[in-house]
Amino acid sequence: MSLDPVILSRVQFVWVVAWHILLPAFTVGIASYITLLEGLHVWTGKPIYLRVSKFWIRIFAVSFGMGVVSGIVMPFQFGTNWSRFADATANVVGPLFAYEGLTAFFLEAAFLGVLLFGRKLVPSWAHFVAAFMVGFGTLLSSFWIIAVNSWMQTPGGYTIGPDGRFFPADWTAIVFSASFPYRLAHTVSGFYVTTAFVVLAVGAYTIRAGKFVAEGKLMLRMALGFLTIFVPLQIGLGDAQGLNTLEHQPAKLAAMEGLWDGGSGVPASIIGIPNQAGEKNDFEIALPKLGSLYLTHSWDGAVKGLKDFPPDQRPPVIVVYFAFRIMVGVGLLMLAIVAVGWLLRWRGKFYDAVWYLKGLQWTMPLGFIAVLAGWTTTEVGRQPWTVYGLLRTSDSVSPSLTGANVVLSLLLYMAIYLLVYPTGIRFMLRIVWNGPLDADPENDTKVESGRPAEPVQALPHGDAS
Amino acid sequence: MNGPILDLVGIWTVILGLGVFFYVLLDGFDLGVGMLYGLHRETAARGIIMNSIAPIWDGNETWLILGGLALLAAFPLAFAIIIPALYFPVLLMLLALIFRGVAFEFRFKDKEHRGFWDHAFCYGSAVATFAQGTVLGAFIQGFQVEGRHFVGSSFDWITPFSTMTGVALMAGYCLLGAGWLVLKTHGELQDWARRQGRRALLLVLVAIGAVSLWTPYAEADIAARWFSWPNVALLAPVPLAALALAFAAWRSFGLKHDAMPFVYSIGLFLTAYLGIAISLWPNIVPHRYSLWEAASSESTQAFLLVGTLFLLPIILLYTGWSYWVFRGKVKADAGYH
Repeated sequence: MSLDPVILSRVQFVWVVAWHILLPAFTVGIASYITLLEGLHVWTGKPIYLRVSKFWIRIFAVSFGMGVVSGIVMPFQFGTNWSRFADATANVVGPLFAYEGLTAFFLEAAFLGVLLFGRKLVPSWAHFVAAFMVGFGTLLSSFWIIAVNSWMQTPGGYTIGPDGRFFPADWTAIVFSASFPYRLAHTVSGFYVTTAFVVLAVGAYTIRAGKFVAEGKLMLRMALGFLTIFVPLQIGLGDAQGLNTLEHQPAKLAAMEGLWDGGSGVPASIIGIPNQAGEKNDFEIALPKLGSLYLTHSWDGAVKGLKDFPPDQRPPVIVVYFAFRIMVGVGLLMLAIVAVGWLLRWRGKFYDAVWYLKGLQWTMPLGFIAVLAGWTTTEVGRQPWTVYGLLRTSDSVSPSLTGANVVLSLLLYMAIYLLVYPTGIRFMLRIVWNGPLDADPENDTKVESGRPAEPVQALPHGDAS
Repeated sequence: MNGPILDLVGIWTVILGLGVFFYVLLDGFDLGVGMLYGLHRETAARGIIMNSIAPIWDGNETWLILGGLALLAAFPLAFAIIIPALYFPVLLMLLALIFRGVAFEFRFKDKEHRGFWDHAFCYGSAVATFAQGTVLGAFIQGFQVEGRHFVGSSFDWITPFSTMTGVALMAGYCLLGAGWLVLKTHGELQDWARRQGRRALLLVLVAIGAVSLWTPYAEADIAARWFSWPNVALLAPVPLAALALAFAAWRSFGLKHDAMPFVYSIGLFLTAYLGIAISLWPNIVPHRYSLWEAASSESTQAFLLVGTLFLLPIILLYTGWSYWVFRGKVKADAGYH
């Protein structure tokens, strides 16, 4: 069997972007949370906000550093592995990428230095502004990168030249393509929910560890309040994006639903195993007419099925079908967790129900699982296209690449990420175990007799590491 | 006449040129600092060396992203040919940058494996620099192109010339890094940085000399560019300025100047950069496509230019402010968070 550079490049892209997306999924939310805590500290003067903020800033520093370096990899993938995509689409999406760099990356990087290192060097309001700018930068970054992604999903505002390249015709239609507002809202809200579940889990752990109960309760209270609004909102936004997909990417929607035969009054497939070759679902449990009801809000609404599209224009159904179910399942689980939290609060047992706090500790990965599943749904659902309906993935890869080239680079990316990511995650967990120390010896270093002391040497040893 | 009022391609050439130069200077000195870190044996000094760039490296690396994205947006044909041709050096650079980037945080947090992250930091800096140097060498030599695509092999970039430019850039970044350390440190460490700066400067001069002889010898059009009349007279100030700056840098490393070694080193980089630009002008895919042929559509360039002209000054302003916050000699208590 010969090595196919297209498949291998796709695997490589999945590998580098899947690891990368975990970091913005967390840093976008945590940057806003830090801004909120810093603001509350400036406003109320209560030291607890500062302690909790400092604690999250330390975790943020690790995750942001990893996000930066794994993010630098991304734009180069379009050149190294997807040069034909770059050549075909750069006139349209190039400026969007560049605007992400110009509006977001510099803002984040410049103010991050002040946020992490400058607390003693600038007035407290300036430190708050730095926190705000970092958070604002992460949101601007989301705006532009999702604009690019949405244009690939639902292209608009372009013309196609005689050689097949895309050219801009209407910039508003390019940036605000049909799926963009829905995708942006659903993604950013998803990132916020992901972060809130991390805060919830860490708060629960901190209470149970018993050393920093007040801080733990603060995190738990803030996270539950936030999730009470955002989990239902996120489910609503997901539904809106689903309806948008039905309108603009019907083949993807059919794959999400596992719907082979279109028509009116279509069933809702609850669970089954899609069989791409057999054009049916094996071992399926489906409820008649329900699909039409929630997709078109009418019992007899018409929905297109996969058989309405030629086989070479269908995405890999099984991946999309299960990724979508995992995302929805996690969403419903999140809703249940929030509901149980309110039930306990109502009975006044929120901070004392050990079984609940124990359970919450394990909710940390939930958001990340949902983000990865949702991302898989939308990106695999876009296949076999890079620009939906217009440019095939197989026509996007760099012509000079051999399968062996990509095998080599993929193995190197795997080796490095498998070393760096677990290490970084371990460090972040260690910060969590140490808790929100007020004067954290691990990070606050001293000046000894006017001479700078080496940071690590100044450590008192033997604390919880 | 229906042509554009502004020469967008010309403006974008200047922006891209400045962006890449900013990257070379800014990440250049901090990659250089990373390599010098590996040459210093003392733990205390290493802490100061790393702290001298800890708050700013991330912003410096952002210029690399900007360079890549501006190339994609303003000169997409060049991006689509050059980046796949440099598949492996780009890969090496990215992996090395990952290693050295996480080392900033990990080194402080991973006491058990501090030696490992020390190595990650200095070897990561060295490999990233070497890879960028080979990118430069391979770029000058040009790529095998058919139509709009690179059609050579992914190993075409390995040549004696690109290996030489790889080593040369390591010396160059060490020179910038030493200049930075002279500026940001004092006492014994500063004296040490002055000595390293002079060593790096000697290597840089050898390398500049080698490239200056090698390229016109290997490429007839580059020889014609420099040695035909009247170019030889018009362009003579560039090499002469380089020599003068090299001399001034050498002297200032030995004197008690804190800032001048860095300033002169930057000047030397500027002349070398101009030299390469003059050799390759007006091509962006050397020997093949000119800046105008590789440019994106007028609408694309105009759409991005509006925002860029507004945003770049603001970026320079707040980047300058973040440098200002951390001005002066490095103190360890400005260290981690």
